[in-house]
Amino acid sequence: MDFSHILKTKKIALSLVLGVFLTFCTCKTFAIQQEEATHEAAKTETEKEFNPSEVILEHIADSHFLHLGGEVSIALPIVLYTDKGLETFSAAKFEHGHADYTGKYYTYRLIKDKVNIVEGADALLPAATVLKLNKKLIDLSITRNVVSMWLSIVILLVIFLSVSSAYKKREGKAPKGLQSFMEPIIMFVRDDIARPNIGYKYQRFMPLLLTIFFFIWVNNLIGLVPFFPGGANLTGNIAVTFVLALITLIIVNINGNKYYWKHIFAPDVPVWLYPIMWPVELVGIISKPFALMIRLFANITAGHIIVLSLISLIFVFKSAYVSVVSVPFVVFMDVLELLVAALQAFIFTLLTALFIGTAIEEHHH
Amino acid sequence: MELVTPEIGLVFWTTISFLILFFLLAKFAWKPIMGAIDDRERSIEDALLRAEAAKDEMSRLTNENEELLKKTRAERDLILSEAKKLKDQIVAEAKETAQKEGARQIELARIEINNQKNIAMADVKNQVSALSIEIAEKILRKQFEDQGKQDALVADLLKEVKL
Repeated sequence: MDFSHILKTKKIALSLVLGVFLTFCTCKTFAIQQEEATHEAAKTETEKEFNPSEVILEHIADSHFLHLGGEVSIALPIVLYTDKGLETFSAAKFEHGHADYTGKYYTYRLIKDKVNIVEGADALLPAATVLKLNKKLIDLSITRNVVSMWLSIVILLVIFLSVSSAYKKREGKAPKGLQSFMEPIIMFVRDDIARPNIGYKYQRFMPLLLTIFFFIWVNNLIGLVPFFPGGANLTGNIAVTFVLALITLIIVNINGNKYYWKHIFAPDVPVWLYPIMWPVELVGIISKPFALMIRLFANITAGHIIVLSLISLIFVFKSAYVSVVSVPFVVFMDVLELLVAALQAFIFTLLTALFIGTAIEEHHH
Repeated sequence: MELVTPEIGLVFWTTISFLILFFLLAKFAWKPIMGAIDDRERSIEDALLRAEAAKDEMSRLTNENEELLKKTRAERDLILSEAKKLKDQIVAEAKETAQKEGARQIELARIEINNQKNIAMADVKNQVSALSIEIAEKILRKQFEDQGKQDALVADLLKEVKL
């Protein structure tokens, strides 16, 4: 596998050079502006302190509210699966975290946009996570990310069902319109991702690879839109990348042939090394999809954090003049994120294809 | 830590939504799309192969035609030259025959002319002799119209007769 042609691309090289150059520029402007800012800060100490990390994390994380702009937001439904039963109510009941809500079974409190059970005076029980399970409260709410994901699913279905009907209508003819836009991308997934990595059995895995590719890509793009209907950070949420990586893990391992399993449980090493090899190989099985999960999550989240940090600069320095620096940077980052959106979809799909390819590869010793 | 902790709710909804999306797209989008693309590719490949075959066939036909044409041309030349030879021969033969015939005709004519001339000469002789006799008779008749002369003649004749 040779990806050097990606790095050799002129545009990427150019943007790298530009990026490095601009980093130096910002260091200088930072220094200057920080001086100004200290003066400003002295004057306006009475104002409420702006905390960029809080704001950024709030934007990156999931939410029970769909922000429309300004102070306007839609409260999304909350679905709680407790040990006593299912409970559903609107997030508006929390009044943006100012009030507790007493449901059928428990009293709930919203802290940092997370639902907790109020047990007694100050004892709180947070909702279960994958890392910390508890049977009392599982939060299955339709959050901002879920809404965004359903939107992306609707978009994907509309696009590809219409493309598919175009193929039926224009059978044997040259593609046209949306169909001719999508066909090269589909062909790219087939000819540059599936075929070289999986081999002649690629056709079985095409639906999965195409779905993963377009799902990640479209959600990356929706994530770049800062206002409604965007605003969510779906592919930058570890739960989503976790599920995608888990699907890859399952698909790779249920399709693994005898050579794949032999390579793991009976590799070509002395038998006494097997106790060492088995854990290493088993870690290898997990670590590949784990890397997929982290890579997508980190890339998208990092992009969002950078953009939000640049925007936050304006508020940190309390000066509109900072926007002269940060807005061009944000535009630059957004354009870079457009590339990253496609690139991460490509890489995730490519690596999935590669893992499938190694699992079904026929060895001829 | 919060950022890297997968929430069960989103895991749950992502799993369900992604699987639904996967099955919907696989059944209603990818299958027909990939099928159509494969079919079209196959038909294009077939068409290209057929075009190649047609081209080969065409060039073969052209070659054949050319060869045929060449052969025909040669044959035509041969026929033409043979015909010319034949013509020359016929003309020569005809000339010879005509010459011979002419000579024979001329000979015959000459003989005929001679014959006719002889006949005419004989005729003329006869005529001349008849005329001479007639003239002589007429002269004689004129000479002997009066008696005196007859007598004189008889006397002459008698004088000549000497007994």
